[in-house]
Amino acid sequence: MSLELTFWWLLAIKLAVAAAVVPVIGMVIGYAEMKLSAHMQSRVGPYFAGGRFGWAQLIADGVKFIQKEDIIPEEADRPVFKWAPALVMLGTMALLVIVPVHPSPRYGIVRDLEVGIFYALAISSVSTIGVLMAGWSSANKYSMIGGLRAAGQLIAYELPLVLATVGVVIQAGTMSMQGIVSAQVAQGWPFVLTQFIGFAIFMIATLAELTRLPFDMPIAESELVMGYVTEYSGFRFLFFFLAEFANMFSMSVIAATLFLGGYGLWGINPETLLSPIILFAKVGVLVFLMIWLRWTLPRLREDQLQTLAWKWLIPIAIANIIVTAVLKVVL
Amino acid sequence: MESTFAHHLSEAAVSVELETEGMTLNIGPQHPSTHGVLRLVATVDGERATNVRPVIGYMHRGYEKLSEVRTYPQIITIINRIDWVSGFANEVPFVVAAERLMGVEAPPRAQWIRLVLTEMARISSHLVFMASYPLELGAATPLFFALRERERVLDLLESVTGGRFHPNFNRLGGVKPVYAAGPTTKKAGMDIPSGFLAETRDAMTKVLATCDEIENLVAGNEVFLARTKDVGIMPVDVAASYGVSGPNLRASGAGFDLRKVSDYLPYSEFDFDIPVGRNGDCWDRWWVRLEEIRQSCRIITQAIDGLPSSPLQAKVPRIIKVPAGETYVRAENPKGEMGYHLVSLGGLGPYRLKIRSASFSNLSILPWILEEALVPDFIAIMGSLDFVLGDVDR
Repeated sequence: MSLELTFWWLLAIKLAVAAAVVPVIGMVIGYAEMKLSAHMQSRVGPYFAGGRFGWAQLIADGVKFIQKEDIIPEEADRPVFKWAPALVMLGTMALLVIVPVHPSPRYGIVRDLEVGIFYALAISSVSTIGVLMAGWSSANKYSMIGGLRAAGQLIAYELPLVLATVGVVIQAGTMSMQGIVSAQVAQGWPFVLTQFIGFAIFMIATLAELTRLPFDMPIAESELVMGYVTEYSGFRFLFFFLAEFANMFSMSVIAATLFLGGYGLWGINPETLLSPIILFAKVGVLVFLMIWLRWTLPRLREDQLQTLAWKWLIPIAIANIIVTAVLKVVL
Repeated sequence: MESTFAHHLSEAAVSVELETEGMTLNIGPQHPSTHGVLRLVATVDGERATNVRPVIGYMHRGYEKLSEVRTYPQIITIINRIDWVSGFANEVPFVVAAERLMGVEAPPRAQWIRLVLTEMARISSHLVFMASYPLELGAATPLFFALRERERVLDLLESVTGGRFHPNFNRLGGVKPVYAAGPTTKKAGMDIPSGFLAETRDAMTKVLATCDEIENLVAGNEVFLARTKDVGIMPVDVAASYGVSGPNLRASGAGFDLRKVSDYLPYSEFDFDIPVGRNGDCWDRWWVRLEEIRQSCRIITQAIDGLPSSPLQAKVPRIIKVPAGETYVRAENPKGEMGYHLVSLGGLGPYRLKIRSASFSNLSILPWILEEALVPDFIAIMGSLDFVLGDVDR
């Protein structure tokens, strides 16, 4: 009885942490993006908010958004319009639940699922449904084109995303996130050394899934004004805004777990409290990579994106799986 | 009603495909990439346009009519605002037109200063294009690279004329002596500011370096190439038939540049090339402008090396009346050919001033070039034509 009680208490606390972590991470990455992009463009970026380095810029932004009027277009499909941002956020939050930050099962992870990767990839698509809902319900042609582009992008990039992870699953022999990390810790090197093709495909597909440049056609400011978020304002806009950054984090966490060895680092005992720091450092590198690309590359066209997915990424990913499977059997 | 039904019947007979109704997409007048207040009414089928109709006139300010009730010196202020990205270049052809009717010629030094500043206006205009075009394709960073250099050029323009966008520096028969000297300074001491020549030379080196930087950042980018190569192809005969001019025409392969043909400024004394594109696609239009910045730097460097000394102002009466007559002067402006047809009846102001602005003709090709284009390519093509709505509507 007492054991069960502790379990539920722990689970509740972990869930609360996962829920609280999303906005915080969103703000941290948002701030990083502002500062990094500024320095790439010979600007200073946020400067005054909070006294030094503009560290409170995102908090100030958040307060501003909360104060704003929540405008819902007259023609909009009200319930769908209202629930879309929540769904986008939900996908992000639900993803963080299975991230292992420490080898100990007690506080290293909210819930270690047997089908961890499967769950992660499935739940990460939920936010795209939210995007589609937003695009459809806004009663705005730009929003609708944006939403439909997002749907097309989801279909095209879900496949390479899934296929890219299969190689890792074959090598690790498990779909549990914790299991994959411990496999990498046990062998002493991360899967990226053998699965670098899978890693590259995973990162490209992640960018498309996150609708970040060079795949940000669903938003495409210069074409579709603001895509599916055109009609959103106030707190609901803030949800999309935070979800984008939090999603960057959660997808990077999964990439780091699958390919970069998660909390493990060669020569360091994973049982210490260094483990979460190592994981977040790896995530930081991936997030920086995404921000870097975002401020360097122009945007692809929708048909070019589809070509890239169907004619290049998927065949390469399948070839990668075949080679991995054959080598696994042979070696 | 019945006729529509019959029409549908006939269509059904011809095509067994499922016919979906096109969606009307209204782009502008308030839109991030219509360069102001251009409005496009597009019928789109999915992302593909079947029919595009540009609607202009949201920025009509009536400058042609306004010119009829203004004196000649006042008009120079107005025409600055036509293509505000290169205000100085707008002044020159008008002033030359009036001078020709008056039988006055500006002294050589004034003409060379005009030429230097016109080329600076060209650099600044093309740098705005270098900034905005990648932004329209989604890359934000080149904007800052280009605008930083433009700032140098604008500072130089400001040091001579006192204005960054609207210099209002030309006078009939010359240029206005330096602003910074103030009203008490003796006229003989008035000239371009000291240090201008050295600063210009320095700025040109930096502009050239930035051109290389932009070329590295943008032209070496696979995504940029994919978005611009073979997009919005404009054959040279079609371009000419729509009256497209300037870099857009040269990108299609015609080596036509009024600086080589006309004599409104002493360009014949300079050594420069005319970059010409091959395919007439968006990529060529981008490349031609980049090369033109480099050529303009060449011209400016030559001009400041050999700036002749002479007064800045020819002798003109205090109250300027232009003798009766009419003339047409056209000039190679950054956006293309700009011409002023000036009709004078001998009064204080013109009887009629017809302004031929480059962007208006360049934009007229839009319905042809956007037909069957994808919505993302709308932006790529429109951006590559580099028009300014003030120049379209006047």
